[in-house]
Amino acid sequence: MKETKIFERPKSMSDVPTHYCPGCTHGIAHRLVAEVIDELGIQKKTFGVAPVGCSVFLYNYIDTDMYEAAHGRAPAVASAVKRIRPDMVGFTYQGDGDLASIGMAEIVHAANRGELITVIFINNAIYGMTGGQMAPTTLLQQKATTCPLGRDPGVNGYPMRVAELLATLAAPAYITRVSVAKPKYVGKAAAAVKRAFQTQIDRKGFSFVEMLSTCPTNWGMRPADAANWLEEKMIPYYPLGDIKVPE
Amino acid sequence: MNAAMSERVLMKGNEALAEAAIRAGCRYFFGYPITPQNEIPEYMSRRLPEVGGVYLQAESEVAAINMIFGGAGTGERVMTSSSSPGISLMSEGISYIAGAELPCVLMNIVRGGPGLGSILPAQSDYFQATRGGGHGDYRLLVLAPSTLQEGVDLTMLAFDLAEKYKNPVMILGDGFMGQMMEAVEFRTPEPMDLPDKRDWAVGYMERRGTRALVKSLYLDPEELERHNMKLQAKYREMEKNEVRYESYRTDDAEIVLAAYGTTARIARSAINELRREGLRVGMIRPISVYPFPYAPFENLPGSVKNVLVVEMSCGQMIDDVRIGVGRTVPVHFCGRVGGIAPSVDEIEARIREITGK
Amino acid sequence: MPKGRITVIEDRCKSCGLCVAACPKSVLRISDRINDKGYRPAEQFAEGCIACRMCALTCPDVAIEVFRIDEDAR
Repeated sequence: MKETKIFERPKSMSDVPTHYCPGCTHGIAHRLVAEVIDELGIQKKTFGVAPVGCSVFLYNYIDTDMYEAAHGRAPAVASAVKRIRPDMVGFTYQGDGDLASIGMAEIVHAANRGELITVIFINNAIYGMTGGQMAPTTLLQQKATTCPLGRDPGVNGYPMRVAELLATLAAPAYITRVSVAKPKYVGKAAAAVKRAFQTQIDRKGFSFVEMLSTCPTNWGMRPADAANWLEEKMIPYYPLGDIKVPE
Repeated sequence: MNAAMSERVLMKGNEALAEAAIRAGCRYFFGYPITPQNEIPEYMSRRLPEVGGVYLQAESEVAAINMIFGGAGTGERVMTSSSSPGISLMSEGISYIAGAELPCVLMNIVRGGPGLGSILPAQSDYFQATRGGGHGDYRLLVLAPSTLQEGVDLTMLAFDLAEKYKNPVMILGDGFMGQMMEAVEFRTPEPMDLPDKRDWAVGYMERRGTRALVKSLYLDPEELERHNMKLQAKYREMEKNEVRYESYRTDDAEIVLAAYGTTARIARSAINELRREGLRVGMIRPISVYPFPYAPFENLPGSVKNVLVVEMSCGQMIDDVRIGVGRTVPVHFCGRVGGIAPSVDEIEARIREITGK
Repeated sequence: MPKGRITVIEDRCKSCGLCVAACPKSVLRISDRINDKGYRPAEQFAEGCIACRMCALTCPDVAIEVFRIDEDAR
């Protein structure tokens, strides 16, 4: 009888416990990025830019050159580094407040310039780190601490589909939306991250992977229930799949 | 710009400052248009590709300073320029750069404020510049040129100082300086012992074995305190080594003017005219406004009976002058705002009023 | 059908239950043990693991190791 280990921690993912809540899918997203970095053999020439948000500590978990950017500004930081060090592989990792609220100008312009960077966008329809406030991607009628009666479009407008918004620009090469909420979606998410990094390495253009993720704590649900809620409520509004693919 | 290193060329201020940066090895500029410094990004957009550098126009000053943050982390010589309202926008990013201990050069071609204010020159960003500008216990090394030649020399020095201290350095100019034309010479500064960027910068993980982490967050209180003490030690070093000022005809002066930048040029004319009449007037001209030259104000010649601070503001540098002078002699103020510079006549009249001569 | 087994790195498990929900063979459950952080770690409590790795793919804490068992291998 022979036993083969068929699943282990990627080398570029630091072997430390994370500070994330139980069931928070950041851990899965981090792992997918680290797996791709390992697979492509780029650990020593990659730089990441961490956001402000729960994943501000991204740098504790992924062992590459890292910047901790100001809230929303990661795409600007990454753009400059990539222009100065075009042989490095650069990625940003941002939440929905960081990317779609305060950072909206930076992401739109980095995408519009066709920066050769990869953006991992963690969309969990709420502000995690600060305790559950409404995000630009919070769904209609979804409750958050700053819309306790549920998101009212008359007051706060409609949830933003960032992937589709960026796809209206000419420059971006690869824009896709995936989920990490359930294992059945993780395979496609992993493939998307790899394709995104490859798009950058092949110098085809700007790549963007929106990952529908759960926030069990601020949604007020158990992790498994949160995964179901994402499937039932978020996926219909934020459809999964490729929106723009490189030629 | 084909001039050889030691030729004198007639240039517009903004362009001279930009060229000085290129001569100092700056190859990366990230900025945003704002009057009265637009010639700097325009010049950079033309020159940088000529020298194998990169010019990128950011979508805002906020994006620009964050590009500087990113670029500075690579150890390369990066620069941005702006004017008052734009510098305000950059303030958060400047705080991050100082907190993360990165070198960069910032140029502030000051205009009138507050708010949208004016497109005309002013000196009303002195507090902002010398007290850091953004949040937290940090300082910028701030150099205030008075002539375009000095602007060129200090710009070239600024890049070295930024790397020496791993801190942002600001060139504090004003709209007059940016727009005027004068003959300048690009001279290489004295070589300085500078740290090797490959020891700390992003992009050298293979060589160093360890990755670079550019951050300013320290949630552990003792750790943040230690970090702040480290920054403070740097500022004490700056205060010890980087004070720069000019004493002009102060030895026997009965009244000493304090002025910097363009205002100091006007003050110098007033001093020279009054000296021809026999009035004993002098000037202490800070060149570094942080670290401020307190020493000459603390040690005024015994002949000095009054100090007159002249600024294009409602009175900002006067606070530092008062700290230096203490209670030894009265400190007076003469200033204009709105884009108006105090004239030679106005300064003379004020001197006569104070001295009774 | 492949055969397998999993182990949980107990001091990394946060008891989130995603693995339990993900397992197509229902061989995982939350145990009664308590780890240093106060969480009850998951465990494989029954035979029948098919080494599909769904549990490990969905574990946010990389707390699950998966082994494929080749009974015919020498």
